[in-house]
Amino acid sequence: MTAALIICRREIAAALASPVAYVLFGAFAFIYGYFFTEFLRNFVEVGMRMSELGGFSGGSLHVNHDLINPLLLTAAVVLLFLVPLISMRSLAAEVRSGTMELLLTAPISDGQIVAGKFLGGFALYLTMLAVSLLHVAVLFWFGQPDILPILAGYLGLALFGAATIALGLFFSSLTSSQIVAGVLTLAALLLLWVVEFAGQTGGSFGRLLAYVSVTGHLAEPARGVVAVRDVIYYLSFAGFFLLLTRETVRSRRWRG
Amino acid sequence: MEPVVVVDRVTKRYGSKPAVRELSFSVGKGEVLGFLGPNGAGKTTTMRMITGFMPPSDGRVLVDGVDMVDAPLAARRKIGYLPEVPPLYPEMEVREFLAFAARLRGVGRRDVEGAVERVSARCGLAGAGTAIIGTLSRGYRQRVGLAQALVHDPEVLVLDEPTAGLDPKQIHETRLLIRELARDRTVVLSTHILSEVTVTCDRVVIISGGRLRAEDSPERLAARLATAGRGSAVVEIETASPAEAAAAALTAAPGVASVNTGSETAEGTVVLQVALEDDEDRRSELARTVLGAGAPLLGLRRAGASLEDVFLELTASEAEDGETA
Repeated sequence: MTAALIICRREIAAALASPVAYVLFGAFAFIYGYFFTEFLRNFVEVGMRMSELGGFSGGSLHVNHDLINPLLLTAAVVLLFLVPLISMRSLAAEVRSGTMELLLTAPISDGQIVAGKFLGGFALYLTMLAVSLLHVAVLFWFGQPDILPILAGYLGLALFGAATIALGLFFSSLTSSQIVAGVLTLAALLLLWVVEFAGQTGGSFGRLLAYVSVTGHLAEPARGVVAVRDVIYYLSFAGFFLLLTRETVRSRRWRG
Repeated sequence: MEPVVVVDRVTKRYGSKPAVRELSFSVGKGEVLGFLGPNGAGKTTTMRMITGFMPPSDGRVLVDGVDMVDAPLAARRKIGYLPEVPPLYPEMEVREFLAFAARLRGVGRRDVEGAVERVSARCGLAGAGTAIIGTLSRGYRQRVGLAQALVHDPEVLVLDEPTAGLDPKQIHETRLLIRELARDRTVVLSTHILSEVTVTCDRVVIISGGRLRAEDSPERLAARLATAGRGSAVVEIETASPAEAAAAALTAAPGVASVNTGSETAEGTVVLQVALEDDEDRRSELARTVLGAGAPLLGLRRAGASLEDVFLELTASEAEDGETA
């Protein structure tokens, strides 16, 4: 495990040494910040209109349910587009620059290499995600949201990140081109996103599509419910692609 | 001598095409083995199997008695490897990178600083610790590459074309460094430059077409190459154009096998390549023959085939032997 942490640390250092990481964090802060402001304004307007009606509307607004929940789901979609930019570099760049030879001739297993690369990418993802905590903190400043549902939502987003980063790592192991790796990851993630809408048509095929969808499993956590089936979905998703990545790394040895 | 690296009937196929075929040799403790062959002979493939980068399709590699396939991690720990392209992260500082390589190869956290210090001093990087690798010259990159291969103090050092792409001064420095490093460890280095092995190596393994062609000390090999080159003595004579008369006279001269007339240069001179029947020194007779034919004698020299040429001829002819055998 030590070797994995050594690789993970270098991965993070390399990302922070290039401007890419800061551009990504900045882009996320900007886009997420835009949605946050829009959602918040909408929330406040609706709230004011409801209080003017004086309870006749029969409904009530809750900051968790009507602001944070949709906000977290939106965050997932923004992250969907940024994950490929984090993961594409990972193994593809090592192969391109010849440093893969350093890793593959070091006394460490292929699994440790993949684990290190994954942890590095995941750590960058979590750092990016942490930017959005600022916005949530603002809500705490002005209101009293329930903290547990928020934690559940962030756990969901973390699991979502583990799964998508693992997928990106797999595509990064297939090619020596970062661009190819990034485009393949984005295409796969977009596909796993849109099947959520296709899945709403119902039927057994629809249910299958809904289950496969990478964003669909965020619905419950975003509402504050950590369901075992969602956790299992993300963990097995991540595990599957990590194992696949290890196999590609191994086959790279045979191909030379 | 106790063998440290044993390559035992190793075959490597890419698809169905074999890159290395039934190759066997061993490297003794403290020895510098030169791995010589034309490009595409299977040198890099063999080194990649010795370093555990790729497993052989057949046969086995033992490092200090440890099988590379059975116990890859234990075997790889004993090896330091400098690939043809030094594996460097351009954004890192030299010291930072060497510490990373040391940790990766199992140097304990507390020993890293000492190991980096030692290896930097040894590879001439003492003043370059905080330099960004991406800004370094080719020669310095090569030094960092050597340093990363050495940082965990391996018993075996494997260097793939360590002097490729360096200028003559850097080549000289690198060779001295390799000789010095070899004092307390085993070194396997590949090259396609024959003079390199005569300078640095104790023993030479020549491969071409993925097969072993020769295995000997550089001195004995040089003697063999010299013998192989015998009987093909050529004298180059420079004369003025037209050179028909001189060429005709030379063809008729005793001991001359053939005369090849070169093309005319801008200055109006022509080089005649005179192939002799044996390797006797006939330069004075040839000079008299040219003057006797009424042509001016502007230059005359024995064209010795370079060591490389002879070596290539040897590997080519032995390759044919190998196919028919």
